[in-house]
Amino acid sequence: MSLNRRDFLGRTAALTTTAMLPTAVFADGTIKLGSILDASGPFDAYGKPMDQAMRMAVAEINEAGGLLGRQVEVTAYDTQSDMALYSQYGQQLTRQDKVDVVHGGILSASREAIRQTMRKTKTLYFYNVLYEGGVCDRNIFINGVTPAQQVEALVPFAMKNSGKKVYILAADYNYGQITARWIQKFVADNGGEVVGTDFFPLDVSDFGSTIAKVQTASPDLVIAPLVGGAHLSFFRQWAAAGMKDKIALASTTLGVGNEHKVLTPEEGNGIMCAYNYSQELNTPENAQFKEKWAAMFDGDQSMHEIAVSHYHGIKTWAEGVRQAGSLDRMAIIEALETGISIMGPGGKVTVDPKTHHAVLDVHLMQMQDQQMKVIETLPQRQPVDTQAVCDLSANPNDNTQYEIQI
Amino acid sequence: MDLSFVIAVEVLYAVASLVLISAGLAVVFGMMKVINLAHGEFMMLGGYTTITAVGLGVNVFVAMLVIAPLVVGLVGLIVERLVIRHLYGRLVDTMLATWGLSLVFIGLATMIFGNTTTGISTPIPGFAVGDYQISGYNFFIIVVAAVLVIAMLAVLRGTRAGLIARGTMQRADIAAALGYSPDRIYMATFFCGSALSGLAGAVLAPLVGLVPTSGGAYIAKAFITVIAGGPSLIAGLLSSATSFGVVNQVFTFAISPVIGEVALLVAAVVLLRLMPQGITGRFFKGKL
Repeated sequence: MSLNRRDFLGRTAALTTTAMLPTAVFADGTIKLGSILDASGPFDAYGKPMDQAMRMAVAEINEAGGLLGRQVEVTAYDTQSDMALYSQYGQQLTRQDKVDVVHGGILSASREAIRQTMRKTKTLYFYNVLYEGGVCDRNIFINGVTPAQQVEALVPFAMKNSGKKVYILAADYNYGQITARWIQKFVADNGGEVVGTDFFPLDVSDFGSTIAKVQTASPDLVIAPLVGGAHLSFFRQWAAAGMKDKIALASTTLGVGNEHKVLTPEEGNGIMCAYNYSQELNTPENAQFKEKWAAMFDGDQSMHEIAVSHYHGIKTWAEGVRQAGSLDRMAIIEALETGISIMGPGGKVTVDPKTHHAVLDVHLMQMQDQQMKVIETLPQRQPVDTQAVCDLSANPNDNTQYEIQI
Repeated sequence: MDLSFVIAVEVLYAVASLVLISAGLAVVFGMMKVINLAHGEFMMLGGYTTITAVGLGVNVFVAMLVIAPLVVGLVGLIVERLVIRHLYGRLVDTMLATWGLSLVFIGLATMIFGNTTTGISTPIPGFAVGDYQISGYNFFIIVVAAVLVIAMLAVLRGTRAGLIARGTMQRADIAAALGYSPDRIYMATFFCGSALSGLAGAVLAPLVGLVPTSGGAYIAKAFITVIAGGPSLIAGLLSSATSFGVVNQVFTFAISPVIGEVALLVAAVVLLRLMPQGITGRFFKGKL
């Protein structure tokens, strides 16, 4: 019998482990969940709570006895807000660590950096962040709110509270551009008029001229899909100019990273938004979630929209595994495609078989004293934007991110 | 009429903020020939100093106008003693050293303040001009920039210290022969330059959300302004800040903020193509 060194070491190791581990665990080993998030660097306000949410979801699954009688083990990589590391760690998770599922990615760019790797290596992938919509790929499941789910609700709500003339100030990349188009569509659908649209590079932090320009158009409402730290200055300068009480403000992004806790009440009060989650949601699921979070992370209160989406994503995957009764990728996908639902802190979340996006509740909210007060809940909204372009039951081999035409 | 007033204020404000952003660099780079790539991080430190001081209950104006410049000036002093003084006259080496320094500052700020955006709200309310509402804080920045330029002019032209500093920067050996210590003078000048950067960061902090990497947003504009200004310290600063501020705001207002930023950079390229020595290399020659 020929036995090379590697085989010899491998077998010896296997023998040793057999001797040491109880039989039940040996029979299956653990289920490996790969996580890839910016837990440090400029995006850590998003990534760190997501990482916490992931750990909490996994702890809950394990406490309840694991999946298929096996414990879930996390292999996590911190990409440090560096896009280049996404491809590297994505490869590592699939080829070296051989994980059973990958959850993660924050910016659209990071998702696209790893999506194809996951598809090629047949590793199930979950991306759980509010984004611009349109990804159509049978290997990916997405839990974040898409523009139509959110904007379609936000626009009539904000217009009812202010008036029909709308000005749009958006971030100048695909999220802002696409969201601005949805806003234009829904403003027109609701009988309103867009009197101006401006786009801002992500590093612009001086909005003085813009504020004067907006006043020239004298709208009733400004809707701002602005993104990131520099753009937060807009809300500050808007308040500093004394505009807060003159023209109403709504945003599709403010608050998802707890920005409303950075703005003072004078700057933030009254800004309207619509998300799947707010810490102020008054449901038993949310109360329990917040209590557990605080207990697990030393009184920390940083849970937010994206972290909760991530939590929903992991719980959805776990439910998929349970119902499939196996770790086989196609079996899980087919189980999820039956339209699995879970109850989470943001309400009921259901997998849409056609798009692999989520059907979920959207809450209309208004900022008040650094909180997001829930005013009205719109139950079970469909991701109509992505549904319009993507049908995975008809084209299971689709692999595109559609740029939605409106 | 109201609108043209508002636009005029915005243009003035843009010029004033460019003057503020670039004043510290004009001293450190324009006068002392130290390529300070950590200039943006000095500004970031000024911002954090203000926010921390206000958090501790200090009056916001005292924090901005006194504490932040002093603290950043002292940080600059330490940096000069430990690093910069070994590198005078070696442009590329100062560039590398200060780049490293900027990374260290970003790291330290992240450790201390965390990576989330923080800020304070502006201490001056807005007011109405006819149908328009404008930010009162913009006027404050215009005033600070004006006072700053006048003060720099007064110190450099009117005082003995200013004269000695200018002389030393031109010919350190002659200054030494006349009995002055170039080492001390370099140290003091670097302190002033850092303090100016700290002041700029502090004054701009209430307008923008601050993160440890905020400095990066200022560094390019500061260098463009100082380089396009040319050899004269104050005339250069004023002339290039005015040109770029006007170009930026006019295009922002007429077309869009993206075009405004692009126009500023195009203006800088064209200007440097026509006047490689900067504005004061051709006009206002020999002025301060």
